[in-house]
Amino acid sequence: MKASHVIWKERLRDQIPGPLGAEVDQFESEIVLRQQGKIDEKVFAETRLRRGAYGQRYDNGHRYDGTESRQLPFADKPTKGPGTMWDAPGMLRIKVPFGGLNPRQLEVMAELAEEYSDGIAHVTTRQDFQLHFIHIENGPSIMRRLAAVGITTREACGNAVRNVTACPLAGVCHDEAFDVTPYSHALAWFLMGHPDTMEFGRKFKPAFSGCAQHACGLAQMHDIGFVAAVREVDGRLQRGFKIVVGGGLGPVPRQARTLTEFAPVEEMLPLTQAVCRVFGKHGEKKNRNAARIKFLVDKWGIEKFREEVFTVRKELRPDPRWTDMLKDAEQAAEGPLHPPGELPAVNGDEKLRAWIKGNVRDQRQAGYVTAAVTLPLGDITADQLRALADAVAKYTRGTIRTTVEQNFLIRWVSKSDVAALFADLAAVQLAQPGASSVVDVTACPGTDTCKLGISSSRGLGGELRNRLVQKSYQLDEAIKALHIKVSGCFNSCGDHHVADIGFYGVSRTVNGYKVPHFQVLLGGQWENNAGSYGLPIIAIPSKRAPDAVDRITEYYVKHRTKEERFFAFVKRVGKGPIRDLLEPLNQNLPSHDVEPGLYSDWGDPRQYSIGDIGIGECAGEVVSRYQFEMTSAERLVFEAGLFLDAGNVQLAGETAYRAFLQSAKGLVQVQYDDVSNDPDEIIAEFKERFFDTQLFFDPFVGPKFANFLFAAHAGKGEQFTADTAHHRIAEAQLFIEAVHNCYNKLRSTPAPTAAKA
Amino acid sequence: MELQHFVAKIHADGPLGLDPAKVVDVFHQWVAAQSVPRVVLIDVAELLHVPDGPGVIAVGIEADFALDHTDGVWGVLYRRKNVLPGTNADRVADALETAAQTALRLQEAFPGALKFSRTDFELIVNDRGIAPNTPESYAAAVPEIESALRAVLGHGDFKLTRHDQEPRQRFGVTVKSAKPFELARLAAR
Ligand code: HEM
Ligand code: SF4
Repeated sequence: MKASHVIWKERLRDQIPGPLGAEVDQFESEIVLRQQGKIDEKVFAETRLRRGAYGQRYDNGHRYDGTESRQLPFADKPTKGPGTMWDAPGMLRIKVPFGGLNPRQLEVMAELAEEYSDGIAHVTTRQDFQLHFIHIENGPSIMRRLAAVGITTREACGNAVRNVTACPLAGVCHDEAFDVTPYSHALAWFLMGHPDTMEFGRKFKPAFSGCAQHACGLAQMHDIGFVAAVREVDGRLQRGFKIVVGGGLGPVPRQARTLTEFAPVEEMLPLTQAVCRVFGKHGEKKNRNAARIKFLVDKWGIEKFREEVFTVRKELRPDPRWTDMLKDAEQAAEGPLHPPGELPAVNGDEKLRAWIKGNVRDQRQAGYVTAAVTLPLGDITADQLRALADAVAKYTRGTIRTTVEQNFLIRWVSKSDVAALFADLAAVQLAQPGASSVVDVTACPGTDTCKLGISSSRGLGGELRNRLVQKSYQLDEAIKALHIKVSGCFNSCGDHHVADIGFYGVSRTVNGYKVPHFQVLLGGQWENNAGSYGLPIIAIPSKRAPDAVDRITEYYVKHRTKEERFFAFVKRVGKGPIRDLLEPLNQNLPSHDVEPGLYSDWGDPRQYSIGDIGIGECAGEVVSRYQFEMTSAERLVFEAGLFLDAGNVQLAGETAYRAFLQSAKGLVQVQYDDVSNDPDEIIAEFKERFFDTQLFFDPFVGPKFANFLFAAHAGKGEQFTADTAHHRIAEAQLFIEAVHNCYNKLRSTPAPTAAKA
Repeated sequence: MELQHFVAKIHADGPLGLDPAKVVDVFHQWVAAQSVPRVVLIDVAELLHVPDGPGVIAVGIEADFALDHTDGVWGVLYRRKNVLPGTNADRVADALETAAQTALRLQEAFPGALKFSRTDFELIVNDRGIAPNTPESYAAAVPEIESALRAVLGHGDFKLTRHDQEPRQRFGVTVKSAKPFELARLAAR
């Protein structure tokens, strides 16, 4: 752990918005509890994942060295989760709702990359940031520094609502119905930590699109997608969304189905809440491979699913936030810093010309453009981030977005600032042309850091990018328009299904050796809102994959009819001839002696092996809402003890009381989802459901433990002494045990305990 | 002021005489052999696609080792990640000595192709919580760093230049020694 841990905690205490700060404090306590063996490893794994702290390759303590798999000499400590070594570096995913960031946030990202990671911040395919090689104990400091600038990692991983993505052109696009930014923002914060999202068996990804025809928002390939639409009611224009559910990539991609053609904006939050409740209640929990919402929609059919959602919607307890959070949505809009202008004369500056052609687009608002900042493989250095922050502050009102193509988009640039912006970006080598073109290859983390990686997606992505950039001046315009996306395995985190040419990693045995390969996928479409998914045609050795791209593109240029797009071309000529073209690349491979390079992967000289593949944490651990509530209760008792030790008796007693409430709520919610945080309501519900029914009574001491709860509640606001605080803590612990006993009795099969205590 | 988490970077002398991607292989061998004392090496990160970036890194739990290209300057880099006991002087010495050892090992792996400066290196406190890049940090830290360097280099004939007045950067200094130092002597201290 870094020596500055305490410094940040003190220094940022007053700068962190309340709930975000509490969240980090909780995580910090959980780390301590886990180190003491007081939280079960599965529960810790899931709470860690829900805070964005993911595993990374080799964290199971094994590493293949080119000849054999060896044990890494990790210290013997409690694990971070099943088979996950405590000291093993991990990845931290940082949520960026709709990809929106300001200069200060970019600067903090730079600081964290330098101080805790490898100097690189990585932009993901879902508009997030990732830092790699993070030590778990540095998590709280990083989270505090992020929280102080309004960023959270909460629910970035695990079986939770993941980042809410949105089209990066929202608000400036020619084709949009309206700006989806404020709605995506509201949804992200509304769902975060929402009780109805606590019992998912799997992750849940929302996305917003401003229109139905373009890919930018990718609503069709998400668990829930919102497509902006406007309709006329009584001569008035009304904003709303087409809502689709059950889409997704992954091993077997699905297009989403329509939940409703039009939901007025006021219905967006409650309907989504209802979808979450239905998914949490009825979604598969045991079989991870069938637990995404798409399987529930398949099983029931969309009609039954819809009916259930609308029934649940009617039963929801009204929540003022459904409309409060959208109050200013129609006014909220980014605007320009500088007056509109005209594009500069290029005057023979070839670099500027190429950059404008590839990266600059007119906005709907005359005189303004958006400028794409392309990042190789989504990676950016700390110095580049600071320079970018300066540019954003200098040319805009301080806003920028990440994109699902792992780039940045600067918006609201006056056309008269374009040359100056280009010069500023070029000074830190951020002015590469070719955004969204064939050179702008997307790649998932793959074998670089991902535990499930089979082949080196980033290695291949980098190699393709290098080769294509070198040739880019000769490349046919038709080739330049292609999209290439690479995933390290079939899970498709690199979006390979929706590329013109997609790749995903597989392994094959050749001449007695394992050889890294990539499946080549054709028939996918980025356009038309990710309108169709590709299918694999043939597996090629990793080192031959660039040749496959050459062959495919040459064939395309030679045989396309005028203006024929790649998708239409593949449809017309069929996949057969293209497969024939590639077949020689995987036949008669030279022996290991002749070409050893073929038997290792891009950027990794070790003899290839699949021995490093671990158990991915993509599915998280299925932990029930009950377990979460009870883990919080246990943590509160623990914290109460710390406060007592520190002489803060009042806070100790009050925290113990909160532990009572938390555990009572944990039990109540088993029967009643909608129970609020209102202490009186929790007590009343507990009394009616568990005390009056005697369900909670202990076989030996009867109502004793329940009476502790009532006494604590009756004493609300009391002044504690060291003695009374001590009693309250001890009673809270006993009450928690009693809750577990009651829960176990209700379940007849014993419930997994949240803590070993 | 307790200084922790030093980064030391000894600059390359002239242009690199090798393709930096070749270092990937060497670092993999280090990881396989766990050949750095008191550091558990985990992985190799190749980041050469990023311009003026962190280059190639042998990533460990306690420390990282890299052929680094930050600021467009190649050099061998040592980054201390966990807390080291002892005095500030001990930690300055650890940083410089370990960087020198790493430089020597890389030179051995690529005979003749890699040359490191015998006069120029950088020291950075990689922790803005401890040492923000302010005049106050400079005033507090520099006397300690100077006295530590006198001990490590065996003379006081060097000059410290604060990296950057930019408050967003980390606190760091470039050291220029008037008398050339021997990597082998530093490494063996
Ligand atoms: C069975 C396990 C997994 C499945 C099915 C899966 C699937 C996916 C899919 C389909 C996407 C992207 C497309 C989208 O929905 O927008 C995605 C995103 C991503 N995945 Fe995975 N994934 C798995 C595990 C992992 C693991 C182990 C890693 C490596 C650490 C990883 C890293 C990523 C990254 C970096 C992204 C973009 C990130 C983001 O959410 O911000 N995934 N995953
Ligand atoms: S596609 Fe596979 S290799 Fe790539 S990040 Fe996802 S799980 Fe890992």
